[in-house]
Amino acid sequence: MKITFSINGKQVSVDTNGEAPLLWVIRDTLNLKGTKFGCGKAACGACTIHVDGKAVRSCSFATKYAEGTEITTIEGLSSGGQKHPVKQAWEDEIVPQCGYCQPGFIMATAAMLTEIPNPTDQEIDDNIINICRCGTYYRMRKAIHRAADLKNQNS
Amino acid sequence: MNKQYLVASLIAAFILGMSFNTKEYSIEESAFSEKEDKRLLLSDNPFDTMMAVIMHKRCMNCHPSGDQPKQGEDSHLHYFDVQRGEDGHGLAGYTCGSCHQDSNNDFSGVPGAPHWHLAPKSMAWEGLSKNEIARSILDTEKNGGRSVEDIVKHLTEDALVLWAFEPGVDAEGTPREKPPVSKDAFIEAVKAWAADGAKIPNQ
Repeated sequence: MKITFSINGKQVSVDTNGEAPLLWVIRDTLNLKGTKFGCGKAACGACTIHVDGKAVRSCSFATKYAEGTEITTIEGLSSGGQKHPVKQAWEDEIVPQCGYCQPGFIMATAAMLTEIPNPTDQEIDDNIINICRCGTYYRMRKAIHRAADLKNQNS
Repeated sequence: MNKQYLVASLIAAFILGMSFNTKEYSIEESAFSEKEDKRLLLSDNPFDTMMAVIMHKRCMNCHPSGDQPKQGEDSHLHYFDVQRGEDGHGLAGYTCGSCHQDSNNDFSGVPGAPHWHLAPKSMAWEGLSKNEIARSILDTEKNGGRSVEDIVKHLTEDALVLWAFEPGVDAEGTPREKPPVSKDAFIEAVKAWAADGAKIPNQ
């Protein structure tokens, strides 16, 4: 079936099985490799993207549901030539170790900050439930607070 | 030999039937054993049939008394410390819809149905007996102001409720357990119970 949606500001149409996970379309059809395959069970969050601004785990999101939506992946998070505050904070705090899960964390954090501009530690723990096998949670917590500050300064 | 076997079988069947007929079934049971489920399948009591479904884990898992959903055949707390949130749809940064869509996802094993969310706390059934749950369902202070007609519509037409009969597969590809009676039998029982005055036994 033909499915049309916007991804990172660009309108695309794909001809695919509507039940196929959107993650496969993003990586294999649209060749956007920043979004990672982790567990395939909506458990780890490595595949997190934004659908109409909300965090969604794309390994468990049938492509048919993308019809008419606005999708954002890690490649399209920054806009207007300015680095997204979450990406900037991640660099400032030198968060990644192996880095594989980090795009998912960054996308989850960006979605959370839209809803909760100044999250407490508890709100971070409750809302950012992705999994990092390197255990970079401590640095991520610092980066999330920094990202909130940067975002508030920019706005 | 065949005649003796037939007589013995008839006596055994009679004794078995007597035991079923004379055993008291406690309406205050908070859960159904497998044996009781089988009895309910044979029951022509609409209330028992309806409650056998309502008290099944496919329904109970999302009517918890706490602030976290349950999941799985053993009704464990939802993995990853998933929270109820203010409106039952999860937290601001991570909603139920982050993982659950409008239909089951056979690739990931994540279940899905329209407006996937937790029942409000006023509709918590966990830990209640069968009659207590029924009273809660009928209590307009707890059920969102629903009349009996509204309750029937909710139980027999709401896609999220009826998901219980098509629960899909889990992350290992294993089909989830379905309620002990069919969707049609459940719908018929709900309507018959309501038509008979939505009575709760012994009340």
